[in-house]
Amino acid sequence: MFIRSLSKFALAALALVLSGCEGGVLDPKGHVGVQEKELIIIATVLMLLVVIPVIFMTLYFAWKYREGRDEVYMPNWAHSTKIESVVWTIPIIIVIVLGTITWKTTHELDPYKPLEDANGNQLDHMTVEVVSLNWKWLFIYPEQGIATVNELVFPKDVPVQFKITSDSTMNSFFIPQLGSQIYSMAGMETKLHLIANHEGTYDGFSANYSGAGFTGMKFKAIATATDADFNSWVAKVKSSGTPLNPQSYEQLAEESENNPVQYYNTVTDGLFHQIVMKYMQHYNDWGKGGNKHGEGMEHGEHNGAEASDMPQMKHSSDHAAAHGEA
Amino acid sequence: MSLLGKLSIDSVPYHEPIVMGTLAGVGIIGLLVVILLTKYKLWLPLWRDWITSVDHKRLGIMYITLALIMLIRGFADAIMMRTQLAIATNGNTGYLPPEHYDQIFSAHGVIMIIFMAMPFMVGLMNIVVPLQIGARDVAFPFLNNLSFWLTAGGAILINVSLGVGEFAKTGWVAYPPLSELTFSPGVGVDYYIWALQLSGLGTLLTGVNFLVTVFKCRAPSMKLMQMPVFTWACTWANILIVASFPILTAALGLLTLDRYLDFHFFTNEGGGNAMMYINLFWAWGHPEVYILILPAFGIFSEVVATFSSKRLFGYTSMIVANGAISVLGFIVWLHHFFTMGSGANVNAFFGVMTMIIAVPTGVKLFNWLFTMYRGRVRITVPIMWTLGFMTTFTIGGMTGVLLAVPGADFVLHNSLFLIAHFHNTILGGAVFGYLAGFAYWFPKAMGFHLNEKLGKRAFWCWLIGFYVAFMPLYVLGFMGMTRRLNHTDNPAWNIWLYIACAGAFIILVGIVSQLQQLYVSFRDRKQNMDTTGDPWGARTLEWQTSSPPQFYNFAKIPEVHDIDAFMDAKEKGTAYQMQDKYEPIHMPKNTAAGVLIGGALTVMGFALIWHIWWLAAVSFVASIAFFIVRAYDNDVDYYVQPDEIAKIEEAFVKGGSEVKA
Repeated sequence: MFIRSLSKFALAALALVLSGCEGGVLDPKGHVGVQEKELIIIATVLMLLVVIPVIFMTLYFAWKYREGRDEVYMPNWAHSTKIESVVWTIPIIIVIVLGTITWKTTHELDPYKPLEDANGNQLDHMTVEVVSLNWKWLFIYPEQGIATVNELVFPKDVPVQFKITSDSTMNSFFIPQLGSQIYSMAGMETKLHLIANHEGTYDGFSANYSGAGFTGMKFKAIATATDADFNSWVAKVKSSGTPLNPQSYEQLAEESENNPVQYYNTVTDGLFHQIVMKYMQHYNDWGKGGNKHGEGMEHGEHNGAEASDMPQMKHSSDHAAAHGEA
Repeated sequence: MSLLGKLSIDSVPYHEPIVMGTLAGVGIIGLLVVILLTKYKLWLPLWRDWITSVDHKRLGIMYITLALIMLIRGFADAIMMRTQLAIATNGNTGYLPPEHYDQIFSAHGVIMIIFMAMPFMVGLMNIVVPLQIGARDVAFPFLNNLSFWLTAGGAILINVSLGVGEFAKTGWVAYPPLSELTFSPGVGVDYYIWALQLSGLGTLLTGVNFLVTVFKCRAPSMKLMQMPVFTWACTWANILIVASFPILTAALGLLTLDRYLDFHFFTNEGGGNAMMYINLFWAWGHPEVYILILPAFGIFSEVVATFSSKRLFGYTSMIVANGAISVLGFIVWLHHFFTMGSGANVNAFFGVMTMIIAVPTGVKLFNWLFTMYRGRVRITVPIMWTLGFMTTFTIGGMTGVLLAVPGADFVLHNSLFLIAHFHNTILGGAVFGYLAGFAYWFPKAMGFHLNEKLGKRAFWCWLIGFYVAFMPLYVLGFMGMTRRLNHTDNPAWNIWLYIACAGAFIILVGIVSQLQQLYVSFRDRKQNMDTTGDPWGARTLEWQTSSPPQFYNFAKIPEVHDIDAFMDAKEKGTAYQMQDKYEPIHMPKNTAAGVLIGGALTVMGFALIWHIWWLAAVSFVASIAFFIVRAYDNDVDYYVQPDEIAKIEEAFVKGGSEVKA
């Protein structure tokens, strides 16, 4: 009973603090983020069950047994099997509960796992390929054949699969209000599945420091109300952009800070794959289409030898992505 | 290739008024120190009694002096960052451009962990551990001196980077590929590498030294399970040091090969893989935080028992808990990068392992609680730090377990929530512990008391300042603010950034109070002498000696029959006894070899940073030569004669009993 009312109180107190946190991870706008917020609250309440009594007892014991008070004094009392078993058991029980929750939610919230509906059926998702550059984000839409810089648009209620890589240092792709983040790393492809269940414009940025222009490496993630809105945005990009090919990509990849939004109306086929693979081959071969087996062989044991044969391979379940030992 | 490598007159940042102002200040203070040393003719004593000393107590004091100086440097960085972030809101860029600001946060992290917290911890361990186990010194006194000079050499390098060249702009973790030549072509990362390599070597040697000391040099009658709990905590920390520091050395060595010899361990190109560095770094980095916190736990155990006038509750539990933390501390490193994209099984495993550490840690908190239970708690400065720790660290532990849940970490990783968490544990845990130990053992090491009133003022400023500075960061983390931003543009964040900045200034008042406390206590030392050697009514062997202890520690190696050996002796009336006859005591002689080897290796580090190859070769050969000369020196020890010992002991026992009478 005590525990229940305590947890109710804690929840209410937490809700009060959280209501002040508009726009952050406690104000989620998509299913993934909502689950993660609930997880944070449950875990916090569970731990407060020990934390609050410990803080209370610390202050209470220090006050009650302070010098000059006529309390019981037992200078040689230093062991009690009963107390020791209780103080080992309580944290163990809480960790067992929390550990179980952790195991379950880590699998449910695995960023690589495509999103499912309430019945466990995999939802159809759209794909966006993400490249972190110094210091901006490139978004390639393979299904629409367009690309953008520092602006990410998708319809609400449609799951998005992000395939993420880097063509510079390591960054972390993060839209706090939608949920999880994942690192972007050169020569590798990481994956992330997110969804927005509310129309809106959300802040996105790199959550891993990557050098001088890091602070300006942000973008807007826009969830449109309808598919039609999204399609009209695609049409706008197609009508106003320029082509993204290896030459214009190389220009884009050069260092720049606080990049404005840019639109590309066409994208060279397989550009994202080439960006991932460029570090897996002889690094001088960039742009020469060096996918030939013979070139890979030069590197002997090198992972890239196999990796360069992989254009048709699906990586859908492969966590280590392009670095997989094939 | 010029004779000075990459070094030129342009390497000094003349155009940076902040840097030049700081250098001018440091120069003036340095000049003042030189003048004072000359005026009071202290150069010779400084060299003879301190720089070349192999006495663990003096080395301990030197370590803590280094730590306090580095605390001021690291804190200056902190307050610059907080003011920058309080000014640079709503799209303002503030007063620190990224190329300067990025060096500041990197230096702040490295200095606070490697050159403030570590020397503070090692300093306390140096002063206390040999005394607690009834030893006359550490196992290898010369090595102990060398360890100090290697650590000091690293500290010198990182501070030279302020005025000559630049420091790393990579964050204190120096993750590649950002720390590779492609993205960091300057000397900053090289300063980072060599500063850490030198001090890391020093720390590793300290770990070896103290393990041997504890296992081979303790009083023969002291069983392992009778060692004081602080000594046990340090022993676990030293096991972690010996096991983990070589990993750092190797990881930095590989990065060095990448940067100097065009290897490709961690580069983007040529088959490199930065993930290897990140794994290796945290395979050292996570045990490192337990290296910092375990001795602090030990300090709290000593303090809480002494000032409750009661035995420590659950001694065996405490030792087992420390051991469990040490072992588990080695299998949780991946929780620093759940967001790298490992599979759910891997993430969940490391998450659950991390949580399990909360169990032994929780047990320790309960044991401290039950030590106070039915005790007589004297509210002194050390116990105030302990109480402040117990409340603050509990919160830090909770947020740590929260970050150990991968699903939660996915949205909190690298946010200011994380920054708040680890300051909550390292500052509210380790540093509060060291400050408790500082106040507790100060009379023992120096022979006079610290001013209590200023100590309490410092404590309250630190405690309140901590909450005001870091609680807003938890909120900002929830609001989606990530770490290492140079400026912000979100009106909702502003108020929290202002509050955090105010908190930093409250901590500043705390630090100033502490310096003032040192000054006032030194000024009034004649009135506050500790002639008893046991000012607190304490329980362990270090208090059986005079304050400061006799240079040979114990005239006769104590007999140990109890965990609280000194309390036991006091109760049985065997403490403060003159012996009829003293045996000669075998003592090590001071040596200049440590400072010469350390100095040569520091010069080598500097030469390698600037690619001055001839100087690197010369200084390396010199360090080896100093070592060989030392190895062939047979005049390294002497005997203290019984009549001298009797004289010293008589003065102590008489002085102590006069006060007691």
